[in-house]
Amino acid sequence: MLVSLNWLSQYVDLEGYSADELAELITKGGIEVETVESLNKGIKGVVIGHVLECVGHPDADKLSVCKVDIGEEEPVQIICGAANIAKGQYVAVAKVGAVLPGNFKIKKAKLRGEPSHGMICSLQELGIESKLVQKEYAEGIFVFSDEVTPGEDALEYLNLNDNVLELGLTPNRADAMNMIGIAYEVGAVLNRPISLPSPELVRSEENAEDYVSVRVENEENTPYYGATIIKDITVKPSPQWLVNRLVSAGIRPINNVVDITNFVLLEYGQPLHAFDYDRFGSKEVVVRRANQGEKIVTLDDTERTLSSDHLVITNGTNPVAVAGVMGGADSEVQQDTTTVLLEAAYFNSKLVRKSSKDLGLRSDSSARFEKGIDRNRVVPASERAAQLMQELAGGTVLRGVSEQGARHIEAKDVTVEVSRINQVLGTEISESDVAAIFDRLQFSYKNFGGTFTVQVPPRRPDITITEDLIEEVGRLYGYDNVPATLPITESTPGQLTDFQLKRRRVRRLLEGAGLYQAVTYSLTSPAKRVFFSDESPEAIRLAMPMSEERSELRTSLLPHLLEAAQYNINRQLENLAFYETASVFLPSGSDLPEEQEHLAGVMTGLWQEHPWQKEKKPADFFVIKGIVEEIAEDLGLEDRLTFVRAEEPKLHPGRTAAIQLDGELIGYIGQLHPEVEKELDLPETYVFELNLEKVLKANVAHLKYAKLPRFPSVTRDVALVVDETLEAAEVKRVIKEVGGDKLVDINLFDVYQGEHLEDGKKSLAFSLRYYNPEQTLTEEEVKNAHDRVLQAVEEQFGAALRS
Amino acid sequence: MQERLQTLKEEALTQIEAASSMKELQDIRVAYLGKKGPITEILRGMGKLSAEERPKMGQLANDIRAAISEKLDEKTQVMEKAAVEEKLKEETIDITLPGRPVKKGNHHPLTRVIEEIEDLFLGMGFSIAEGPEVETDYYNFEALNLPKDHPARDMQDSFYVTEETLLRTHTSPMQARTMEKLNGEGPVKIIVPGKVYRRDTDDATHSHQFMQIEGLMVGEDVRMSDLKGVLQSFAKKMFGEEREIRLRPSFFPFTEPSVEMDISCFNCGGSGCSVCKSTGWIEILGGGMVHPNVLRMSGFDPEKVTGFAFGMGPERIAMLKYGIDDIRHFYTNDSRFIKQFKHI
Repeated sequence: MLVSLNWLSQYVDLEGYSADELAELITKGGIEVETVESLNKGIKGVVIGHVLECVGHPDADKLSVCKVDIGEEEPVQIICGAANIAKGQYVAVAKVGAVLPGNFKIKKAKLRGEPSHGMICSLQELGIESKLVQKEYAEGIFVFSDEVTPGEDALEYLNLNDNVLELGLTPNRADAMNMIGIAYEVGAVLNRPISLPSPELVRSEENAEDYVSVRVENEENTPYYGATIIKDITVKPSPQWLVNRLVSAGIRPINNVVDITNFVLLEYGQPLHAFDYDRFGSKEVVVRRANQGEKIVTLDDTERTLSSDHLVITNGTNPVAVAGVMGGADSEVQQDTTTVLLEAAYFNSKLVRKSSKDLGLRSDSSARFEKGIDRNRVVPASERAAQLMQELAGGTVLRGVSEQGARHIEAKDVTVEVSRINQVLGTEISESDVAAIFDRLQFSYKNFGGTFTVQVPPRRPDITITEDLIEEVGRLYGYDNVPATLPITESTPGQLTDFQLKRRRVRRLLEGAGLYQAVTYSLTSPAKRVFFSDESPEAIRLAMPMSEERSELRTSLLPHLLEAAQYNINRQLENLAFYETASVFLPSGSDLPEEQEHLAGVMTGLWQEHPWQKEKKPADFFVIKGIVEEIAEDLGLEDRLTFVRAEEPKLHPGRTAAIQLDGELIGYIGQLHPEVEKELDLPETYVFELNLEKVLKANVAHLKYAKLPRFPSVTRDVALVVDETLEAAEVKRVIKEVGGDKLVDINLFDVYQGEHLEDGKKSLAFSLRYYNPEQTLTEEEVKNAHDRVLQAVEEQFGAALRS
Repeated sequence: MQERLQTLKEEALTQIEAASSMKELQDIRVAYLGKKGPITEILRGMGKLSAEERPKMGQLANDIRAAISEKLDEKTQVMEKAAVEEKLKEETIDITLPGRPVKKGNHHPLTRVIEEIEDLFLGMGFSIAEGPEVETDYYNFEALNLPKDHPARDMQDSFYVTEETLLRTHTSPMQARTMEKLNGEGPVKIIVPGKVYRRDTDDATHSHQFMQIEGLMVGEDVRMSDLKGVLQSFAKKMFGEEREIRLRPSFFPFTEPSVEMDISCFNCGGSGCSVCKSTGWIEILGGGMVHPNVLRMSGFDPEKVTGFAFGMGPERIAMLKYGIDDIRHFYTNDSRFIKQFKHI
């Protein structure tokens, strides 16, 4: 909503406040002023001129040589290139020395040999947007239609000394979508009285009801509909004051009749529609639901197809307007219109919203109906418009209004106690202060011992409950005056849940291990939704995606993490380590999908690097596996998390493991399949993804201290030669199985293949530590246990001791 | 004999003085003081001396032995010290060479901001609630006093999955979810961080996915002044002790009264600059007193309890706090961006 301060000052005295000060006060009062715009874009020295003579330029077809009276002793000669220049016109002249928007300075000039002392201006040259310039002046200079005096400041006449506030209205403040509503608000904020227009109408002897009847099929949809008839209209341009009002509000002037309905819309907030009575097509207005598939060509020359969800105005046969949204082209007011059927109605806001949404058609009218207009202002607004048509278009207003429905509704009572106000706000506002605030708002009330029963006028439909009144009092009392306190309630322990605490630990650990946290999008494309072969084939898909690229909720994190890696690789950032914790979304069979929190990581390039020591440690399978193992250990799951050889189409067949927790599959780890690497243009890349919830929710016993060793332990190293395909974990498992309770540690310390070993064989060297917490181990105990180990590995794997 | 001893002493001391290695010193020790050495030999021949001279000569021989031994020890020490010094000298390194970095990662700036805010509210006795990102229309809108067809639904065009489910447009649904579980028994003190989604085209200031932190406190006698106090602590913690806040009236369907909170500009201190668009104030968050309909629908009696709620955007806070100019940086994961948030 654009608010001209010149216009607003017609209703409320703004004396003593600058535009910026007003903006600040209005904002603090609750309606945000987004911008303060001066309509004068730096103009100086533009006056009204009277074209005394105008002849063709001797040397140029398109130029005219004019003698212009600019209120000085002698007329000046100005060369003008506009096609619509003519003798006798009153025009805006930028004198020599004048400045136009963009710091454009006017100097004496010679055009094709003829001296020119100034410039005759178009409205665009004066800084008015092209879309707001009347059609007749769009291609040329502007011509005053009112009586004006040469030499006077043209800016005053064109309202270019005005300031305009742009309001950012919240949906509840539909009351401020019109000048009268804003006058009430500013009056309350400034604590100043307001004066409203009181239209005086002279009505003719003829009755409107003899011209037209009104029938509303459903009063719930249309609580009030009134038709006023105005005869003897002359359609012509509006006077400058009306043009100025519309331009300041961002509406292009058309002709007096249309301008008047727009003006009243802006002033009263009441959308009106003027039909050409002779083109209406009947003598009856019928308001009804549209028939399925019924068509209408609206004012914007577009054919619209309607349904029974839409409310239409008809002439008994055909629709002539989409109620509250836009009129039809057939009954539009035209140059030759003489009789106007003026509609002023109250339509159901939901129906207008529905039509506007379905037809993709938003208008100044629909915007107001949707948010709710003032029921009690419908008739006064139509009277205001009729009065202006009488005044500005020579119209004769017929007696009465053809109407259906009640013209007025009663104010609603809402009650609030002063004690409640103070309880909610934490303030100590007195009864008399509360009364004064309601006075400023021009709300009538009764006060019994601090209990206010307020009659809320229909112009404020947003106020329906006690809390709404508390807000009114609070905002005008000023939130700056509300103290800052700390809550007095029973104390509550503020702590992270076990899950949240562990998740923070996991993140810290990953970061300590060199990974950076990434955050990627949840919405993805069908192609990028899935990474692993066991993921859900069905997706959670948006009903109306904005693009295919963001149409489904992801079921794994890796595709977007890999995308992040790609992004960095493309920028020559080669050593990458990212992790992300986020939800994936799985169909669950119930209303909401299952949201599972996952953890994924991606590593490529060097993991650690010490350049001058010439040490480089590239990320590899065991780096990333070590990090996952570290997480398990941090969470007390080191003995429960296992890695089992696995195959996944997008991972390297020889370098992939399934991650299991207590034997249950919870994720995968491995190198990207070289084909996938090639496809994504990534170098050797290692990844993992696991179900973080399973890991964080696994029950773990409380940490308990283990007694420090009191006796020496014995360590025996053993190097076993086995088949190269045998997995180390299998050997370890068997060692552990047969080692007995004295075998407390099994550490693999060497893996060797090559010289001195048979082809197809490898050597695995373990360090086995034996310990007895009760007493010093005897040589025999150790020997027995160790022999069992050696025997078992030999029997099971044919493992030979390496000499 | 006496002369001979004296000569031996002179000889030995000269040799010790001249010795240049530990080996030589060892040889000298063996040569003079060993069992086969000259002094031992002289002492062996003492039997030929008179009883009178014998102790004297013995004394002298022992003194000389001691003198040589002392000198040897002295010289050994000197040489050992020199050897250590030599070794230390050899071990000297260029201490200006770069250290061996412990290469660590760090968390994303949004996590950084969120955890900072979480910790602040944990300290005030709030707990952290988390909820689903795909929500029912009921929790996302209706339970928050936003019935179907409410014009305020225009404020946040949403991604629907079905007619009744959508990607949550704010983390406010956890207000209703949390309160429902408590069967009308307060107090409620939660903050709700999480991802939210709106139908926006991504550009420098818009993102179809972003973070939000919702706060809710419900109990007996929770006042708007408490909201102001809590938010003031928040503003000072996040943006500096000198920050002032102001509340402006606003509108949200789920709070009444509703406010927006501005902080005094941390860049110019309030005198006006480009960060605060010359107003001296920066809009940070929205909030208000929980609407009685919201309390009622979630099983609380608005006659008995009141509450406040607020919602803020970690992206906005991070952008202001660190001077980040484009919201898309948070989601492209350029490592040069994320690495900047390493230090405290």
